Amino acid sequence: MDQEKEKQKLLSISVSPHIRSDEGTRSIMLDVLIALVPALGVSAYMFGFRAILVTLVSCAACVFFEWAYRKLLKKPQSIGNLSAMVTGTLLAYCLPVIIPLWILIIGDFFAIVVVKELFGGLGKNFMNPALAGRAFLFSWPVAMNTWMVPLSYTGFFHLSTADAVTHATPLAEMSSGKLPEGVTLLQSFLGQVGGSLGEVSTFALLLGAIYLLIRRVITLHIPLSFLLTAAVLSFLFPQGNDHFLWTAWQLCSGGVILGALFMANDYATSPVNPRAQIVYGVGCGLLTVFIRRFGAYAEGVSYAILIMNATVWLLDKAFPPKRFGAVREKKGKEAAK
Amino acid sequence: MKHGFFGGIHPDDGKRYSAASPITPLPPPAQVVIPVSMHIGAPCKPVVQKGDKVKLGQLIAETTGFVAAPIHSSVSGTVAAVEPRLHPNGQKVMSIVIDNDGLDTPDESIRSHKEELEADPHALLELVKAGGIVGMGGATFPTHVKISSGLGKVDTMIVNAAECEPYITADQRILMEQPDQVLGGIRYLMRMLDLPEAVLAVEGNKPDAIAGLKKRLTPGCGIRLHVLRTRYPQGAEKQLIQSVTGRQVPPGGLPADVACIVFNAFTCWSVNCLVEEGMPSIQRVVTVSGPGVAAPSNFLCRVGTPVSALVEAAGGLKDDVDKVLLGGPMMGNAIFDLSVPVIKGTNAVLGLMPEQNRAAEDPVCIRCGRCVAACPMHLQPLYLYAAERKGEIPELERLHITDCIECGCCAYVCPGRLQLVQAFKDGKVQVKNKK
Ligand code: SF4
Ligand code: SF4
Repeated sequence: MDQEKEKQKLLSISVSPHIRSDEGTRSIMLDVLIALVPALGVSAYMFGFRAILVTLVSCAACVFFEWAYRKLLKKPQSIGNLSAMVTGTLLAYCLPVIIPLWILIIGDFFAIVVVKELFGGLGKNFMNPALAGRAFLFSWPVAMNTWMVPLSYTGFFHLSTADAVTHATPLAEMSSGKLPEGVTLLQSFLGQVGGSLGEVSTFALLLGAIYLLIRRVITLHIPLSFLLTAAVLSFLFPQGNDHFLWTAWQLCSGGVILGALFMANDYATSPVNPRAQIVYGVGCGLLTVFIRRFGAYAEGVSYAILIMNATVWLLDKAFPPKRFGAVREKKGKEAAK
Repeated sequence: MKHGFFGGIHPDDGKRYSAASPITPLPPPAQVVIPVSMHIGAPCKPVVQKGDKVKLGQLIAETTGFVAAPIHSSVSGTVAAVEPRLHPNGQKVMSIVIDNDGLDTPDESIRSHKEELEADPHALLELVKAGGIVGMGGATFPTHVKISSGLGKVDTMIVNAAECEPYITADQRILMEQPDQVLGGIRYLMRMLDLPEAVLAVEGNKPDAIAGLKKRLTPGCGIRLHVLRTRYPQGAEKQLIQSVTGRQVPPGGLPADVACIVFNAFTCWSVNCLVEEGMPSIQRVVTVSGPGVAAPSNFLCRVGTPVSALVEAAGGLKDDVDKVLLGGPMMGNAIFDLSVPVIKGTNAVLGLMPEQNRAAEDPVCIRCGRCVAACPMHLQPLYLYAAERKGEIPELERLHITDCIECGCCAYVCPGRLQLVQAFKDGKVQVKNKK
């Protein structure tokens, strides 16, 4: 009997529900990291070990800044949820491989401390940290616009950037209104093309996105509405004669895929209501094409997403889920009278 | 036509623990504790005193309002006390304690009402009212009130055997072992409501029960079997109506507003028992299960039986059990004292293990939107939570907090481990107090 009493005392009490899904923040972030691995593999093959180095340094810097910030302000630590690593990876992915490491680290600092932590940390930031960090780094325009030619490295572990062969990316060529020369669409799809570290291989990114879809980490609302809008607009208003080729090139280059599948749908900085997500995706697509065509920059994706980030709360408010039973609300009330 | 509802979740249904265990009658305990409040509505007033002799099925507490159900003795014996005792809701509630004489001497009023009903099917309403029958799925809404509110308004009667809460197999077993009693109760209710047809809705994860019912329910027999997708909260009244008919009960409205009426399967069994044997609501099937229970089983037990007796009959709790619940893991209550009694709405006693409780020390919303995608009431749990934390009552109302059915889907899927349902329960109180 005493034993029985003992046992009863130890029973926990809490409000329902008493069971929870085993997917937590950490497991979700881990899935995102896993989904980003194929792109890093292709990038390492194209640009050498430096691609891996840049990614690792970026992750380490992000984790360190988040840890240090929270340590200094005596806030509970959050690096265990792996979101700093995701930010670090994504920021590295949208920079040139031969970015000087000190610039990269400044970007990490800006992303983690200024964009994420100053607003309260994960989930409270309103701008995508990786994209905001990247935008900030355009204070060093030359470093941000020097692209390495794929497979031009002298040795896989050759890390010096002094002798890297640089060239213009397909995106830069397209921004002057013509289709890229010297590379095939297939090469671009697989990743043998100049561009940012992690965005070159459409194929590898799609692979990762399929993994995230299967794991139900992401849904199609934002990526699909983003990509479809960009595709339709590119198709309707091509530069050059070939509608299909122009559209395909637009989608395969300049981070559209990385942006649509891994950045625009960043949880913290995108709407949560399904209808708002679609409007937001359409907005991203519209702005991307618009900026590319009329803006000063060749690349439109990151600014399109950053601008749409600012509309998130408004979209969520404007497009809430339809209230349960609301269609019949009037009828019901009349019946009650 | 196929309908469905938005959102919902697919937790491990855990039915395997007890699905194969036949319903075992549990010997009535030496003493029963019967609270005067076992239903939604006004508590009853005891009509017996300490020392009174009572018989099985005798009225021991009468109603004080319309929304209430009278209470009957679940044993024969002597009233030992009429005093506040610990209720499953965690508070002390006036209760009638009866020492069982072990004879089960039935009260004089206990007799079959079959013939009466054959002459006048509408006599069922008074019978159900006097028999103290309430919604046995856990909601415990008095059944006679439900019938009255639906009379003449409904075109569809749905019998809820979805049993969508994980682990619970009480309805599943009763449908397998005593389907005719359940179907009998359904027919009495159909006649009462003058309906030619009823829909018996069962979740697809009970193939044995479905197979048995299919044999009995030939086309044209008046009861249509509707196999539902296995998805929680399929058995929540509003979602069930939506799944079966495609209709949405308006905010703050009743099923009757969309011409529907829903009875739980075990309520139908109880109606049958009342009509054929005259026995009021004094017993029910309880599933004792979960990974924290040694030998998961289903029992037929008397109302007022202490939970500890059920747990003991199921082999006891495992040493490292973390929680004991009354009801399902999604909406049930955790209890800290096993002496509380089984009441009319207790469909399960579950033992859960520590690893099932994935609480976080520092819950953070990552805005993943899963709660929105899971909410079957089309709410925005993350914004409701934020508003509750800031005490913004107008915002809570704007976001329709009163629509929340506390099903727990949002908290189940939340990777940030926010205590969403807790916040909504608190928020509803705030909204109510303000009015
Ligand atoms: S499920 Fe949890 S973490 Fe995700 S948006 Fe809702 S409250 Fe936030
Ligand atoms: S508990 Fe309320 S808010 Fe959460 S899913 Fe259920 S109805 Fe929606």
